[in-house]
Amino acid sequence: MAGIPHDHYEPKTKGEKWLNSRLPIVGLMYDTLMLPTPKNLNWMWIWGIVLTFCLVLQIVTGIVLAMHYTPQVNMAFASVEHIMRDVNGGYMLRYLHANGASLFFIAVYLHIFRGLYYGSYKAPREVTWIIGMLIYLAMMATAFMGYVLPWGQMSFWGATVITGLFGAIPLVGPALQEWLLGGPAVDNATLNRFFSLHYLLPFIIAALVATHIWAFHTTGNNNPTGVEVRRGSKAEAEKDTLPFWPYFVIKDLFALAVILAVFFAIVGFMPNYLGHPDNYIEANALSTPAHIVPEWYFLPFYAILRAFTADVWVVQLTSFVTFGIIDAKFFGVLAMFGAIVVMALAPWLDTSSVRSGRYRPMFKWWFALLAVDFVVLTWVGAMPTEGIYPYIALIASTYWFAYFLIILPLLGVIEKPLKQPATIEEDFNAHYGSAARGSVVAQPAE
Amino acid sequence: MIRNITRAAATLVVLSSGAAWAVNDVHIEDVAFAHEGPFGSFDQMQLQRGLQVYTEVCSACHGLKYVPIRTLADEGGPALPEDQVRAYATAFSVYDEAANPQLFDPEAGAVRALTPADKFPVNNALAAPDLSLMAKSRAAFHGPYGTGIAQLFQGTGGAEYIHALMLGYPEEPPACATGEEEGYYNSAFPNGGIPDSCKDEDGHPTIEGSWIAMSPPLSDDLVTYADGTPATVDQMAMDVASFLMWTAEPKMMARKEAGFTAVVLLTVLASLLYLTNKRLWAGIKHKDQA
Repeated sequence: MAGIPHDHYEPKTKGEKWLNSRLPIVGLMYDTLMLPTPKNLNWMWIWGIVLTFCLVLQIVTGIVLAMHYTPQVNMAFASVEHIMRDVNGGYMLRYLHANGASLFFIAVYLHIFRGLYYGSYKAPREVTWIIGMLIYLAMMATAFMGYVLPWGQMSFWGATVITGLFGAIPLVGPALQEWLLGGPAVDNATLNRFFSLHYLLPFIIAALVATHIWAFHTTGNNNPTGVEVRRGSKAEAEKDTLPFWPYFVIKDLFALAVILAVFFAIVGFMPNYLGHPDNYIEANALSTPAHIVPEWYFLPFYAILRAFTADVWVVQLTSFVTFGIIDAKFFGVLAMFGAIVVMALAPWLDTSSVRSGRYRPMFKWWFALLAVDFVVLTWVGAMPTEGIYPYIALIASTYWFAYFLIILPLLGVIEKPLKQPATIEEDFNAHYGSAARGSVVAQPAE
Repeated sequence: MIRNITRAAATLVVLSSGAAWAVNDVHIEDVAFAHEGPFGSFDQMQLQRGLQVYTEVCSACHGLKYVPIRTLADEGGPALPEDQVRAYATAFSVYDEAANPQLFDPEAGAVRALTPADKFPVNNALAAPDLSLMAKSRAAFHGPYGTGIAQLFQGTGGAEYIHALMLGYPEEPPACATGEEEGYYNSAFPNGGIPDSCKDEDGHPTIEGSWIAMSPPLSDDLVTYADGTPATVDQMAMDVASFLMWTAEPKMMARKEAGFTAVVLLTVLASLLYLTNKRLWAGIKHKDQA
């Protein structure tokens, strides 16, 4: 197997040798846990552990919730109240699960933006990036269907609006929408299949996560310099890296404990902070809420969906050129999915030979603007489509596409990068001084 | 405009939440309820008074269909003694028999008496909304600057909304009213009808609130409190609002305790991991020798 040279597992006892010749599972775990990891990783490299924790938390709480939940339109809402009132610790399970979804998305957005800044998507890590985007898409589908299950007003109307997007696809749209819903409107069939898929998708995510980890364990982690670990020999590699256990495991666990302290404060003291009051009203097909707002983690892309209205010239031109097949509604849907597609294509749109944003003086500012742009899109996605908001949404959406389609390709040509350190060791020593390695490493000072 | 820009700028620093902006502009007065804040807990006597108001006034039209009667004995709630809960259940009047087929006793040919194992009956007779979750399905506070973070200390304003609704019937309807409106003007009710004479040329209301079907439910000394608390409209409104916060979030006390324990334990764990991490890396990082 390719990768950074390091010590491999050697079975020593008779029992270990017996098992290893039949199933090398201990060796696999050893290699995974002792992976040589760039020693200069900063605090933005902790989100992977947080995300893994979130997936486990969601699956464990979700499995127990499913034992008490009833996916039937006349009973779903009441069964959630049953969980909140009668099930031992049910109120905690449900609030952990609902807020766990938010933590999951906060972590995934920070993880993605970490990758965008330090060029983690670039060769040879394109496959890791693409798998990551697939995980993100699966997360969105899972979260969306999960939000429908409590069968409150926002569940019902959110499902109606979002599945309506598929109805905007020319020719096949209405048939596709009906096929997705299992009927002409959101009803019992929809609730049943969403429950089934909401249970299935997390296991697909788990498989994708394993592949994601496998991919970057093959290429090695990126790091804040973007400079690769030296692989000429084991001795050389050891100057740039430290084993994942214990150095990064303990560091990541510390970060996780801090994040969970904040998380539990929200679950304990304001568990409905990120929810919507309307979802405590049972779904009613005859009463539309005054404002249908998706969950916060969908807002950036919801803003892009709504930004391209029929009075935008690009939309009018597209509609004219395609003989009206791509109307404003369908254009919005394409823009929303396109916003994720252009992000997934970043490895091929970024032409710069330098990986890390740290050594790219122009890129830095455009990236900072992208981060602000993302926050603006989140905010404007929750605002009504009146007054100045549609203009803000249009400008912010345009920048999102411009960043990936114009700025990234162009910067690689016009930007003059700064000098990068020759090795990770050089970067690390510049920060922390050059210590004699060896015995000191093996035995932390007592 | 300035207000919008300020609000926009402030919101940029935090993620906007789904509850980030007000559905209506009705102003709701904050009430310092005992259950608010990370360490707030329900006032047991207030919950019992609120239960009395619900039983003697609200229950004639409104159900509490998700609330099991036995939970009136729960710690952290009204905490009535078990025998009182049994007596309460037996004496409770079922106003809408058709909506509660589970209570029908075929031998007697009528609705049987309630037991603590039952939930409060459904009441759809006048199409009044069920009150089990009312305090959570309304929100009045979204500050500061639309971030909603103030709810950590003052709640989302659902209980305050109920309180304001009870007090929202003025002696005289607004001057713009024609007298032909259906129902009653209420200054806290956002979702009812408003006559055209109370709207400006753009169709925006010139008054706060709207017309509601419910007649003013409370008047001074409508109930007689066992603990001697004077039964003013304001007092009864606060008591029933607090009680309905409990019916909406009956496990609030247990939840806050669990949250507090978790935060303390995780802080200790984080401190220990911080020290472990520091010592672990001490041999690798040598800042002073740089």
